[in-house]
Amino acid sequence: MKRETIVWTILFIAGGLFLSYRAAFSPHGMGKVYVKAEQVNPNSQTDLRTKYIGARPGEKGAVLSIPRSVGLWLAALFTLAIFSFLYRDNVFFKIAESVMVGVSAGWAMVTAGFWDTLVPKLLAKLAPDMTRAWALPKLEKTSHADPLYLVPLVLGIMLLWRLAPRGGWIARWPLAFIVGTFAGIKLTMYLDADFVSQIRSTIVPLVVVLQSGQLDVWASIRNVGLVFGVLSCLTYFFFSVEHRGIAGKIARIGIWYLMITFGASFAFTVMGRIALLASRITFLFDDWLWLMDPNHKRPWEPFFSG
Amino acid sequence: MKSNIPWLIAAVTGCTMIVAWFVPVAKDWRDEAGTWYEILAAIAFVLGGANLFTQHLQKISARRAGWGYSAVTLVAFVGTLVVGLLKVGVIPDDPNYPWSGYHQEEGSALWWLFYYVYNPLTAAMFALLAFYVASAAFRAFRVKNAEATLLLSTAFIVLLGRTYAGAWLTSPVPDEYSALTFPGLTAIILGVFNTAGQRAIMIGIALGVAATSLKVLLGVDRSYLGSD
Amino acid sequence: MLDFLKNLDRRWIFLAMLLAVAIPVVMQKTFPEKPTKLVQDAFDAIENLPDESNVLFSFDYEPSTEGELAPMAKALIRHCCLKRHKMFFMTLWPGGLPLIEQNIEDIISKEYEEEHFARGKDYLNLGYNAGREVAIIVMGTNFKRMFPTDNDKIPLDDPTLPMAHDIDRLDDMDLIVDISAGYPGMKEWVQYAASPYGIKLVIASTAVQAPQAYPYYPNQLTGVLAAIKGAAEYEAALGEKYPKYRDPAFNDAIRRMAPQLWAHLLIIGLILLGNGIYFAERIKGTRR
Repeated sequence: MKRETIVWTILFIAGGLFLSYRAAFSPHGMGKVYVKAEQVNPNSQTDLRTKYIGARPGEKGAVLSIPRSVGLWLAALFTLAIFSFLYRDNVFFKIAESVMVGVSAGWAMVTAGFWDTLVPKLLAKLAPDMTRAWALPKLEKTSHADPLYLVPLVLGIMLLWRLAPRGGWIARWPLAFIVGTFAGIKLTMYLDADFVSQIRSTIVPLVVVLQSGQLDVWASIRNVGLVFGVLSCLTYFFFSVEHRGIAGKIARIGIWYLMITFGASFAFTVMGRIALLASRITFLFDDWLWLMDPNHKRPWEPFFSG
Repeated sequence: MKSNIPWLIAAVTGCTMIVAWFVPVAKDWRDEAGTWYEILAAIAFVLGGANLFTQHLQKISARRAGWGYSAVTLVAFVGTLVVGLLKVGVIPDDPNYPWSGYHQEEGSALWWLFYYVYNPLTAAMFALLAFYVASAAFRAFRVKNAEATLLLSTAFIVLLGRTYAGAWLTSPVPDEYSALTFPGLTAIILGVFNTAGQRAIMIGIALGVAATSLKVLLGVDRSYLGSD
Repeated sequence: MLDFLKNLDRRWIFLAMLLAVAIPVVMQKTFPEKPTKLVQDAFDAIENLPDESNVLFSFDYEPSTEGELAPMAKALIRHCCLKRHKMFFMTLWPGGLPLIEQNIEDIISKEYEEEHFARGKDYLNLGYNAGREVAIIVMGTNFKRMFPTDNDKIPLDDPTLPMAHDIDRLDDMDLIVDISAGYPGMKEWVQYAASPYGIKLVIASTAVQAPQAYPYYPNQLTGVLAAIKGAAEYEAALGEKYPKYRDPAFNDAIRRMAPQLWAHLLIIGLILLGNGIYFAERIKGTRR
């Protein structure tokens, strides 16, 4: 048997035994989600429909939810399938990846595309009575059809024409609208917030004097460092002038400033990635395996009590 | 014709946005354009989904390598679309209007897909990056010259300064010299050096964005229209 | 030994990273945190606002970055609940909408159950807008054009939503809090809201884009929570002012700083080890 096959087999058997033991023999089990019933309209005497919301184990009225518990196990197994890529590319990872692509595309289309924007902002404008009768009963009764919204409807259909085997050039008009919008707003806003404002923020006193008349040495050094840093970095970016002599020396210092900037960015990037991993491990140990409970979601002492 | 009319649309829309910044009267036109943009952005999601569907369908019908995974993608995609569009498991706000409920209400099928499929998958995918950062740190980051030394030294100071380790290591330093502690040095690096570097980069990018926007609005750059 | 280290299978490094993070997670040890100036300014921005001020939260992130940003979101909402600020929630990311609802449910409805915060009077979920920065621009002069209804499709002028009646423009908000993972997010709120209108803006940002926030501070940004460290400092500031929040159950970010510490030390060790191998090889090469 190949070594890798042995490793996978051992991992699966050990993992399976551990999970079976936790689920079957530990006092409270693991990986369960509880819900409780709540009236949909609590203030109504006639509408007695109920819905189920999340509840803590042991809470009054809490019952085990099979769909949500199955979902929790699926979430945990998906997480492990993604992490299995670290050992080797495998069929579980590929299936998890495919599911992720499909669900995220479908979810974005349904929520961001259809229910959150097209229905309330396009259909409700073009056919308010029909939309009110079908999906949005709370839509204002005084709403009238606005024929101006035929323009984005037509532009949208033209955009979808991109999928057609012929006539894809029709999609250029809505694309031009989108690009033109962006070009217009970015021209003014970038110049305001990232150019003029940044220059204004760099104009700081190089000699800082406190109200008492005393020189603030530390603040002065900081400001000198900041102003010199911005100027030296800009000198480095100015490629129309050869970086020789004084300009070359200043550009060199600019490079050093940029290296320090990138070093800080690298450190922050490392920090960000680790936080995401810590969050996933917390999910596995807390929500799924019930080995810890830092937020006191369950009424008993966990295995790792901290 | 095929590129002049789109250029005119881009130019008129862009100029409306710019004029509205300076002339309050034009703000209504800008707001109208903004609403149309919002609708087009939503339709772009539909376009993206439909494109995904066609690409994977082609892969399945051509039986290209990995077509089985494309089938999984399509099943997940269509399944999500169906439960989302039909509001499966959603309790209507008003019993007289069966489609009036919130499509992502707690307990609905779409909610279940978001919390137990989409949420953990995307979070785990991003969490993988922590491991690759560690591997890259060991294999790739070499102190080959003065600039690399400066970069890595800064990284060390910030990595320590942003955790309790930095504060603990330099805890014997008196308060008057707190700037020499790891957290103090980190604050100086971020407040002076990082600010200066990022500011210079921002100024450069702002000039580049302004130039590119002008080229688009004046029709000099029409690359966004694609080839004929 | 040198050859072994040079050809070390990267899966051992992955295992080291896993242990460096997992062991501190289960040990649940915490370390003291002291707010830096940027976080303290963000804290003071919310603390010093008169009670019942209008605060707009923009949840510009999705589940992929929840590990970093969720503790920040919770701490900021808790602070606003303590001050009884009127909280408006919105998002420019499709994945942000369920996260808004989750936070409203977990914190406003459950943690503050006894305060009886009412939807439409104390908090309001405006929902998602696909317009990205264009939405921010239009909201600047015509808020209800981009959000004519709340997420339940009730018009903002409805008598059941009194807190929204006087909101016509973005600068009717006393403070904007943007919880940002990328585009659209931090830069867009600075460029299209804070810079042109001078509205106070607090950013809670992921680590990757946090260094880009520093040039905007303090003239365009009032305060910055940078990465999980920023979240931990904010939780410490909240616990310092309100003792109830010193309970570890409310301090997710402070708890996550322990795995950060060990993982950072591992990264530093790996860089030093890698460079040690590199220099050892160079010396070996020159000796030959």
